[in-house]
Order: sequence, then structure tokens, then C-alpha cells
Amino acid sequence: MIPAEFDYAAPDTLDEAIRLLGEGGEDAKLLAGGHSLLPLMKLRLATPSLLIDLRRVPGLGGVERQNGSWRIGAMTPHATLERSPDLGILARAAGTIADPQVRNRGTIGGSLAHGDPASDLPAVLMIAQGSVTLRGPGGERTVDSSEFFQDYLETAVAADEVLTEVQLPALDGFGFGYQKFNRRSEDWAMVAVCAVVKNTDGGAQDVRVGLTNMGSTPLRAGAVEEALRGQPLNAESIAQAAEQAAEGTDPPADLNASAEYKQHLARVLCKRALQEAAGL
Amino acid sequence: MSAEEAGGGVATEVSEVAAQTAEQRQAPAPSNHVGQAIRRKEDPRLITGRARYIDDISLPGTLWAALVRSPEAHARITSIDTQAASSRPGIHAVFTGEDMADLGGPLPMAWVPPGVEVKNPEHWPLAKGTVNHVGDPVAVVLGEDRYAVIDAAEDVVVQYEPLPVVTDPEKALEGAPFVHEQLGTNKVHEWSLPGGDVEAGLAEADVVIERRVVNHRTAGAPIEPRGVLADYRAGSLTLWTSTQVPHFVRLFLAILLGMSEERVRVIAPEVGGGFGSKLQVYGEEVLAAWCSRKLERPIKWIETRTENMAVAHQGRDQISHVKMGARRDGTVTAFHVKIIADFGAYNMLLTPLIPSLGAFVMGGCYAIPNVQTDIVGVFTNKAPTDAIRGAGRPEATHMVEVTLDQMAAELGMDPVEIRRKNFIPADSFPATVATGVIYDSGDYNKTLDRLLEHIDLAAFRREQEELRSKGVFRGIGLSTYTEICGLAPSRVTGPGGVGVQAGGWESAMVRVHNTGAVTVYTGSSGHGQGHETAFAQIVADRLGVDPSVVEVIHGDTGTGPEGRNTYGSRSLAVGGEALARCATKVAEKSKAIVADQLEASAEDVELTDGKFSVKGSPDKGMTLAEVAGAAYLNLVPEGMEPGLEETTFYDPENFVFPFGAHACIVDVDRDTGKTKVVRYVAVDDCGRAINPLLIDGQVHGGIVHAIGQALYERVHYDEDGQLVTGTFVDYALPTAAELPSFETDRTETPSPVNSLGAKGVGEAGTIAASAAVTNAVIDALRPLGVNYINMPLTPMRVWEAIGQANGGASA
Amino acid sequence: MSTPVSVHLTVNGVEHQLEVEPRLLLVHALRDQLGLTGTHVGCDTSNCGACTVHLDGQAVKSCTVLAVQADGAQVTTIEGMASNGDLHPIQEAFWNDHGLQCGYCTPGMIMAAAGLLADNPNPTEDEVRHGLEGNLCRCTGYHNIVKAVLNASKVKGATIAGAES
Repeated sequence: MIPAEFDYAAPDTLDEAIRLLGEGGEDAKLLAGGHSLLPLMKLRLATPSLLIDLRRVPGLGGVERQNGSWRIGAMTPHATLERSPDLGILARAAGTIADPQVRNRGTIGGSLAHGDPASDLPAVLMIAQGSVTLRGPGGERTVDSSEFFQDYLETAVAADEVLTEVQLPALDGFGFGYQKFNRRSEDWAMVAVCAVVKNTDGGAQDVRVGLTNMGSTPLRAGAVEEALRGQPLNAESIAQAAEQAAEGTDPPADLNASAEYKQHLARVLCKRALQEAAGL
Repeated sequence: MSAEEAGGGVATEVSEVAAQTAEQRQAPAPSNHVGQAIRRKEDPRLITGRARYIDDISLPGTLWAALVRSPEAHARITSIDTQAASSRPGIHAVFTGEDMADLGGPLPMAWVPPGVEVKNPEHWPLAKGTVNHVGDPVAVVLGEDRYAVIDAAEDVVVQYEPLPVVTDPEKALEGAPFVHEQLGTNKVHEWSLPGGDVEAGLAEADVVIERRVVNHRTAGAPIEPRGVLADYRAGSLTLWTSTQVPHFVRLFLAILLGMSEERVRVIAPEVGGGFGSKLQVYGEEVLAAWCSRKLERPIKWIETRTENMAVAHQGRDQISHVKMGARRDGTVTAFHVKIIADFGAYNMLLTPLIPSLGAFVMGGCYAIPNVQTDIVGVFTNKAPTDAIRGAGRPEATHMVEVTLDQMAAELGMDPVEIRRKNFIPADSFPATVATGVIYDSGDYNKTLDRLLEHIDLAAFRREQEELRSKGVFRGIGLSTYTEICGLAPSRVTGPGGVGVQAGGWESAMVRVHNTGAVTVYTGSSGHGQGHETAFAQIVADRLGVDPSVVEVIHGDTGTGPEGRNTYGSRSLAVGGEALARCATKVAEKSKAIVADQLEASAEDVELTDGKFSVKGSPDKGMTLAEVAGAAYLNLVPEGMEPGLEETTFYDPENFVFPFGAHACIVDVDRDTGKTKVVRYVAVDDCGRAINPLLIDGQVHGGIVHAIGQALYERVHYDEDGQLVTGTFVDYALPTAAELPSFETDRTETPSPVNSLGAKGVGEAGTIAASAAVTNAVIDALRPLGVNYINMPLTPMRVWEAIGQANGGASA
Repeated sequence: MSTPVSVHLTVNGVEHQLEVEPRLLLVHALRDQLGLTGTHVGCDTSNCGACTVHLDGQAVKSCTVLAVQADGAQVTTIEGMASNGDLHPIQEAFWNDHGLQCGYCTPGMIMAAAGLLADNPNPTEDEVRHGLEGNLCRCTGYHNIVKAVLNASKVKGATIAGAES
């Protein structure tokens, strides 16, 4: 299978990329690593008329820490995240994406902008309460993760905007857990649960739980977070809270998982992710 | 590369062989290569990227073909508009089924069992009138550019009038809708293999159990999809195709194109795996040849994976109702199996035969006096099924091995004990079993004993108990199998026997060159098994040379004698034996020449340490090179032809019956239902080992093929006949990350059928393993109340089973 | 027809200038334009890994990279692994350990293994298995592939992929 025909541009500057994007309209697409877009194009499920390759645009790479937050260039491949253990749960989740070859090409910006609720990084961005920077013809704006993912394959990125950078609070002092369930390790998550917790002597000061592939967007397991806030984190409290992991979700069924099974998995994985995060 | 170069089939490019001096070639070699784990002669070209698979071969002036395929599972074609596609730049032609009226007939089905009616609707390379499954080809687009023909194919506008769809074989048997309206039924045929009296056997049983055994549909999924390059020039056709059966393809191309057979040459270049899915005469092969003749241009078609998943023939897909009776002491008295076999939309080359292959060994390695298999074949609006690795025998083994474990549980017996109780005793071979076939040799306790040397069952049970108390559900499953392979002999498989319209023999030709180097031609057609190495070992020993100077040519109908190719684990036991016999003929002639040269009696000439020497005078002798020198100088005995070359056709007296004992250990996560294979031990007996390295490799791959089916793989169609598992995203072949390393061991019980003492091993792992995995999962789940479960043992299915066993509550 | 694009590639140490359709996949540029047919195509969905090559030293699936994306890059294919007639240690190990049967997945498997050893010169069995999770083999059951990669890791020079040295 091969893509339908398209025109191609590899601009040298971000402004040029944004200009081309504006001119190309709905039929123009940005190309980063291409590992979300090209597979769709090969199956002709996507047929853009213009691809704007960001590979020559300077300043879209790099991982650096500033003021307690990580700034990650949109073109940073998953493999780089995976090999940056200081990124904590983001490194863990990135290391479970597909396979090594895909991680060498796929990028954080591409993955987030694609907005697939089955991919690993969106829920992590949500529980880290990170944000992304979008740049368009009118300038730059920052969108909080809670507002970024809008629907299945729909994000806050406008047709004429480029996702340039991801900001991820450093989560110092948090424990984390990542539990991904799939049939084969190279598969998308059937369900995944990410969790970060900050504990004090009195109990959980901050608990955040994210759900992958449990709806049309990544989700926060609000009921679980609520149930554990201020509570001591132990096997019983976690098990009890995790029972609410699927509350309010309406996951799509597929060949290998009914909605009911996915909700069950969410509860199981939530318990395991929280135990891992709590160091139990 | 030129066509001539490509025509060399699979010529070895081993640099170290090429670098050998004539002196080295002539050096005598001791006859001890058989049995050695020699690394493969094939590998240098494969590991350096220098092999030539079908898509690596190019001819000048080639036009690419892309097929327009049906998105409908069942529909009447009301119109096909090719105008837009034809008028695109670089497009030379678009053809539909109506354009191929000059074809000699529909695609072949080669099973005509005596006295059995098999409904066989016409099946054309391009659909005529109706489409009957998703992917059924409707038109072909031919043009200059590989990418442009795909674009043009999208511009062919086909109007379909949808017809009612049936995908469930049990519903299909109940009546309309019919896949082929003109037949008025979806039933293809009925076939039975009675052995003894199952009703009487069940009546004398103390316990009778019944199970519904579903052996779901799977894909062959070789990593190389199919492909064809057809070159029709000046009245002759050369066709390269990624096939297991070039000789069958040639025969049917000649028939369907109305060509004289000598004008058709079919070459299987390097073939990237087959697993049965390339044991076929496919419409695309006929179509490419027909287009090449029509347009007088070479035609190339390379299948995409998406096409392969939709249209390459698939396997298994049986629903069976089994009934087993046993006495309290565990003696099995009867086994009755009723199979509904889902054939999909058409009969392919051997489709209706496949379930019958399992019937012969339905009693497994047990002395069950009454065994009967009743088969009903059914059409549905799905891709056709045919042989996939094991072809009927994995299904049979699964049924007998899983049901036997079910019986053991019913009787409160240990799975080991019930097996030992029923094994055919080692001293009763050759053993005629209830189904009428004669098992050539076996010692089932020996392989089981060896298996239990690797696994301490008592210790395992203690460990299992401990783990359960920690919430880990571990289980062990056994499979003690035998299978029937070495497909031949003609008297059983052929027209007068089961009804396959082909002989089951194999051919060989051994040519010793002037220098003593050897080229051999085999009619079997390897595609990864290691023919070039194992066959060289066999021939080398019989001629006193090193295997490195024995070149094995296969897969080309333009060289060597007629052949019957590779499937059914037949290459070694039939093709290898043919070569052994042929090399022996050459050795006999060599002895006569040596006797003549050295003035000795031929009976006194023996081959020792690579020399044909006179008994008692070891210094007096000739190497093969010296014999060849004499033979080509016509220094041969009076009345003997010059030269040193022989041809053999070998049709064995019987099948061969490999056997073994496998054990699988799994952990099941009770919370998620996910199963992980933590240990797998396989003890196989495939007779005398020719090359242990190759045997282990075949066993490893065979096991994973079956683990794949048991835990991961499943071809699934929805109710509308849409293929849900159309790519490698959804059709889950296991990766290295899902699997453990395997422990393999071997016993050697020679087959009396052939002089090598060898049996087949290409399918054994696949035949054995699905039952071992399934029995292991059931063993793990028994404390949770799950006593029986059908494949595929996907996490959700296991989780649901646990939930149902606990009164419907989620685990 | 979209506008052809000029692409400069260095493949196995040799420079090439190509005019390509933007949609041309890197694997087809290598196979059909440069005649390097050792890199194979086994699926449409980036699962099988038969097309794995190294792009600027990293293992990638060349069926999911456009040739234009590789402009200016160094590409190493299976044909570039042996040097001066000597097999690369990973190739040698695949041969010794019977790490292949039909051979179709093998070039991609070797290139993936080379990527793995470059990142992790002394992997455990588990790390090898996970490192090869992007490559499908239907023949070997992976047993001998894993064994070959582990054995190769004990050989000097296994971490450098052919033409990248």
C-alpha cells in the first residue's frame, strides 16, 4: 500500500511552515515523524494534498528543565523521552509505545496533535497537568492539557497552527505508576492507567490518575482521585478507590475487548498503577 | 538481474564454496554428515540481502498489475466502468472477468473422492456476475508504474447489488441464504471415515463425555506476501511465483491457458515462507500469465499484506461435536467426532480434503478400537480455507488431546496416567489403527518419559499449589501427539485411494560433474526448511564428498524431472529418500566403474572415507572425482553408458508418523485473563535426525504457530462478512516479546518406510502445541471453576470464562 | 502528478541524488531505484519490521518513512552490514545459530538487532525480546534469533552497523 499523491514542502522556518499551512487549508498536513499520519495515508484513510515537513525547522527539539518544568520540543522522538529517566512517568510511558523503530521516528508533538485516545502520552500529559504551545499566523498561545483533547482525533490545534512545544511540570516528589494492558507488547493500549501520587505523613496530598483508551479522549479518573485525596495510601484504600476507576466512562468496544471488559481492566490497572506509584 | 540469472532457481552463493579450489572439491570426505548440526548452505545469501525473492526480480518492459477487489461480502455486479482508470497516463489495459472468456476453465479443485459428491461452483481469476467474499477480484489494471496502477484501480467504478450474507457455518447449513444460489444449498459434501463401531464402543463405556470444540480460522501469514512475474514470449511462458508448488502451477497454467506443457516454465524463486498458504494454484497466477500473453509484456503483481489477509487461503475453521467413551480404569473405548468445516466461498485446490487428513489420526497415539470422523463441508461468504501448516491434523490432535484431558478430569485420573493407559504399545508397530492406516513406528512412552525427565511433575504440582495461594494461577498442559505425514503414497492419496488427482511420489536427479562436484535436482520445493543443506548432507554421505560441493536445485520446472513439491511434511521422507536412492544408484555405477578400472569385482568395492576402494586393499581406490573423470572419458565397463548421472522416482509404501510429547506451562492473570507461556518443553521423534539444527528450528516455529493460534491469532469476520482482522495490527502474530525460549529434546525411532529412517518435522510442532497450551490454561483455571474453554484464549475470553464459572460475577 | 523532489542520500557509504515523487517510500527508493533489494516489505502497517534500515544510525521502518524525509541522511541497509567481505558479527551469529529459515524477515531482524546492540551492548534475554518487538518472524519462533543476538553481543564489533563504522 502506498499513499495517494500529494505535494511536499520542507520549509526552513516556522513562519514559512505556518504560511504554507494557511495556504494549504484543510488539505494540508504537518509531517513530523510521520508515524501517525503515514500509516493512515498508506491505507488511504488520509489523503492530504500537501505535506509540510517540519524536519528543517530549527528549535523544535530538545528537552530541558526550567523553573520546575520540562520544556520538550515537539519534534522530540519517543526514544529520546524513553532515555530521559528524569522525565519520570513520561519516560516510562514513552518506552511502551509500539516498538523501538517507531519510537525512533515518532514524536511527542505528532502524537499529541494526532489526539488518539489509545496512545500513551495524552493521559500522561493530563495528569502531569502540562500544557502545549501552539503557534499560528496570529502568534503563540498555550493550551492546558485539560482543554487540549477535544474528541476522537480532535485537539485544540487549529488548522493553521503548529504545536511547537510541550510543557510538563516536573512532578518532583511524586511517585508514579504506569500500567498498560495490551495483547502484544507492540500493540496500542487496550486500556492503560497512569498514576502519580504525592504522599505526606498525613496521607495522599495529591493523587492523579489518567485513563487511556477509555473514551474518545484521554480521561482523568476523578472519582478515584477524589476518594484518595488526603487518605492514607495503602492496599485497602487503593483497592477501594480503584473500584471507581471506570466511573462515568463509556469506552468503545472492539474485537478484543467489550466495554465491560475495558471498564474492568481500568479498575484492575488503576489499582496496580496506584500501588506502583505508592511504592507498595 | 536477467531472466536467465533469475531462472537459476536458488543457486547457492556461498562465498566459501565459490572460493574452494578444485583440489578441495576433489578431496574425499568421510560419510558422516547425516546427523550433524551443519549450519545452512542457504544462509550466506539470505543474511547479506542477496537473495532473490519474487519482488527482487525485474524484467525489461514489465507492466505492473493491481487488482480491484470487492468490498462486499456477497453481491451481484451490476456494472463495471473502467473508463476513468483506462484513460489515466501510463495505464495500458483494464480487464474484467468477461474479458477472459478464452480461459480453458475455472480454477482447479483436485480432490475427487470416489463415491462422494463434492459441490464445486465455478471459481474464476476475475469474478463473473457475483462476488462471494470480501476481496474477491473484479478487475485488473495494468500499467507502467507500480504506484500509478494502484491509483488507477481506485478509479474503476463497480456497482454492486448486495445479496444476503452468511458467515456462520452452522447457520449456513440450515438453509438460505446461499453463497452460491444455483446450488440451492451451502453444504459442499459429506465424508466419513468409520473405524470399528463407535456406537458399540460408547455403549460399553462407563463414562461418556461430549464437548463442542471450536478450532477457529487462522491465516498462514508468511512474512512475504504472494507475488507473480509472468513473461510470455514467442509462444512460451515463464512464470516466477512465490509458491510451494511450481509443478502444480505449471500443469494448471498449461491446461487453463490451452498451452502445451513444455512451453510453460514455472520458477519458485526464494520464497519467503508458505505455511500451506502457498500450496495453491491461485487466480492471480493464472491472471498474470493470461495478461502477459494478451499484452505481450511481462506482468508483475506483488500482493500487499492487506490483500494477503483478505484473499490468500486461510486455515482451520472447524466446529466439532466430539464424544469420547472410557471405562473407569481410563481405557478409552470410542471417539466419535462430527466436524462442520467452514470452507469459505469456494473450493480451492484441496479445500474439502483438508479436514479428512485429520480423520486418519483422529485416534492420536492411542489404541482406541472405535474411532469415527464425520465431516460436513460448508460454504460461507468468507475467504476460502485450505491447507495451513498441519492441515487437518492440528485440529484432530487438538480434539483428541483436549478431550482426553477432559476425560482424565472426569475420571479423576492424572493426564499422564490416562495417556500411558491408552498408548499403542511400542512392541506393536507397525500398528494398524481403527481408522485403517498403519502407523510405521513409535514409542510413545519413551518420548513421554524423556519429557518427564525435563519436568518434575510432582515438584510442579507443589509449586502450583504455593503459587495459587499467592494468587498466581499456573497450569501445565500435555500433548502427546502423533501425526501422519510424508504425503504420498499414491496408492492411498491418489485417485484410487482418498481421491487426490495426483501421484504422491517425488523425484530426484543426481549429476556428478567432471570434477566430482555434484548438482542434484529435487522435485520438492523448499521455502525456508533447509533443503539445500539437509539434502546435500544425504547425498554427500552416499557419494563420499563434502556437502559443500553438493548443490541442490529446486523450485524450477525447467530443470530436473517432474516434481510434486513441498507440503505435508513430505520433503525429507519422500524427496530426501528419492535423492538418497538416486545417489545410491550413482554410487553403484561408480563402484562398477571402479571395479572395471582397478580390475576388481564390483561387489568388492566399498565407499569408505570418501573413497571407492577395494575391500581388503584400502589404498587401492578412486575418489568420486576420479570416477567422474573416468565416466566422462567413457572409461566405463563394456555396455555401460558414459557419464555419471541418475534419475529416481520414489513412491513410498506408507506414510510416516512422527510423534512426541510436549508440555506447556502457563501463568494466567486471573484479574485480566491474560495468559503467558512461561515454559515450553518439546520432545519430538521424527525418526532418524538428518540435521538437528534444522529439526529444532522447525519445532520452534511450529510451536509458535500453534501458540499464536491458541492465544493471539484469529481471523474474524463480522455478521456482514466484513473482515475485521485485515492487517497485522488486528491479526496478532506473536512477537519475540510474548514468548519464552523453548526446551527441545529428541528421541530417534527410525521409520521402516524409507532407507533414511526419517520422518517429517515441518508441521509437528504446530500439530502438537495448541492442545498443550489449551490444557495448560484449563489446568491453571480449574481452581477458579473453569473446566473447559475453547480457543482463542484471549484475555477477555478467559476473563469471561472465570466470571461465568463464578456465577456470572466478574472476577 | 505532484512535483518531483530532489533527494540526496548516502546509502552504505555511497552518495546518490534521486528525483522522486514526494510519496515514494524510502523502502521503494532503496529497492526500486537503487537496486538494494535486501530490504523487504511484509506489511502495510509498520508492524512486521522486514523493511528496517538505519537512518542516521537509528533503526527505522523504511516503509513508514518517505524518501524525501531522508534527504541528507545516511542510510545503512543489510547490504552495507558486511565489510570487506567479512560478515558482520550479527550476520555470522544468525548463520551459526540458525536464526533464520525462509530469510524474508532476516534483513530487518538483523538491522533491528544492530540498533538494539548499539543502544544496549549487553542485553539480557528479556531486553533482546523486547528490543525485537517490532519485527515479525513466522518461521523460527524467535528462539534462535534471540540466541543469535545474545551470542552476537559477546562479539567485539557487534555494536557497530557496517557502513556506519
